[in-house]
Amino acid sequence: MVEAVRIYLLLAGTWMRSAAQYPASMVMLLATQAVATFLDAAAILIVFAHTPRLGGFSLPEVMFLYATSGISVAVADITLGTVERLGEHIRHGTLDTLLLRPVGPLLQIATEDFNPRRMGKLVPTAVMLVVSLRHLDLHWTLARAATLPLMLAGGVGIFWALWVLAAAWQFAVVDGKQAANSITYGGAYVTQYPLSIFGRDALRGLTWVLPLAFVNWEPALYVLGRPDPLGLPVFFRFASPLVAAVLAVLAALAWRTGLRHYQSTGS
Amino acid sequence: MRLYAWIAAYALRRYSTYRVAALSATFTNTIFGFMRAGVLIALWHARPSLGGYDVTDAVTFSFLTQALIEPVRIFGGSLDLTERIRTGDISIDLHRPVDLQGWWLADDLGRAGFALFSRGVPPLLGGALVFSLRWPSSPATWAAFAGSVLLAMLVSFGLRYLISLTVFWLHDDRGVNGISLITSMFFSGMIVPLVVFPGRLGTVAQLLPWAALIQMPADVFLGRRTDLLHVYAFQGGWAAVLLAAGRLLTMTARRRLVVNGG
Repeated sequence: MVEAVRIYLLLAGTWMRSAAQYPASMVMLLATQAVATFLDAAAILIVFAHTPRLGGFSLPEVMFLYATSGISVAVADITLGTVERLGEHIRHGTLDTLLLRPVGPLLQIATEDFNPRRMGKLVPTAVMLVVSLRHLDLHWTLARAATLPLMLAGGVGIFWALWVLAAAWQFAVVDGKQAANSITYGGAYVTQYPLSIFGRDALRGLTWVLPLAFVNWEPALYVLGRPDPLGLPVFFRFASPLVAAVLAVLAALAWRTGLRHYQSTGS
Repeated sequence: MRLYAWIAAYALRRYSTYRVAALSATFTNTIFGFMRAGVLIALWHARPSLGGYDVTDAVTFSFLTQALIEPVRIFGGSLDLTERIRTGDISIDLHRPVDLQGWWLADDLGRAGFALFSRGVPPLLGGALVFSLRWPSSPATWAAFAGSVLLAMLVSFGLRYLISLTVFWLHDDRGVNGISLITSMFFSGMIVPLVVFPGRLGTVAQLLPWAALIQMPADVFLGRRTDLLHVYAFQGGWAAVLLAAGRLLTMTARRRLVVNGG
């Protein structure tokens, strides 16, 4: 484990040095990531310029959901997002090269193209979390304060697992990257909003089938002191790390199965 | 002219080879249509006639714009041309007896033609299965919409051609691609429809070239814009300006190009 972290940092550092060879691009990318995040947030402000509540939730509450989702996605994307390029590696035959090296392919693809620009999403969302917390009129208890890091960690874990699942699916369908986007980027999109606005059926699906509700929705209900529209037991509010762990096991199984059955392009 | 038709036809065939990729992408486009519709429904639930749209308009807008993502390349970015500039292959292209901009325009229209069916139809069908969408009321509206989409494709190409040429100076297109993505997403109305933009921001956004990409075709489709002359003049005007700027920049870039090696 320690060795894996050491190799991860070594490879990530190497990619950062490579990115620094194009300083103009690096600065533009960092800035655009940050601006993109603010424009996303501006969209929410535009929505709230027309209505004080969206699906019963106030602006600071939606900002809280937006920020907690955004931080989880950003951390997962920074550390692991490039695994979605697996299909490209299979198609170009470069996965074979990765397999010849004495480091696991997951580690190599995850660090690929590691670039400080990816921080561009993390900083604005962190700022937004602070702003939303200042505007939320919450009665802070120890349990509430402890739920916040728990939900962020659980959220990162869930998105890590989803990204690896999205990659593993490309062992089966090499050109399937874009379809997998609907759970990774789609997951990032829906968790920005109160899930209840998508209707009860969608909410059930996002709890039991694709458990995105545990990224931030369930724990946020507890932090914001709101009742669960589905009336689920209180235990669910704190289940994010557990859900993340289960998904991680599934993702690891899927990845290993895919890798074991990988037969190269054969030409 | 026949040559360009050939280029477009071959581009269409080339892109139609990757059917699984197109299917996979259109699946995600459709899923996002539902998610965006969910958000807009919540907003129009609170404000039933916001921006002159009703809920049906807003839902139709979600799926229609998802359908137009690939035909007008709403995510911006550059053409495959950038890779040829970076590798120096462009020097061969410049020696061909074809106009560089014309070649890539034909290639892009071929791509867009395939995308119109492979990526355009499924999101609308998917949306129509669940919601009742607002369809054009007459064949004339369909025709007007087709014209508006064609002009949107030209504007889109004009923007992306300019972005591609920056590689002559920057040698790497990732930075400008990023900028192009966010300006295009935000000012096209993809994140929030332009009709919802407040005050001066809304006025400015309606004048920028990105308004020609999806907002105008969508308004024609929904029958909210019947002043076709204005719509076409706006879209055609921007297409002309951008294509002319592309020609100028091509000439400058030609003088700038240094081919290494022997």
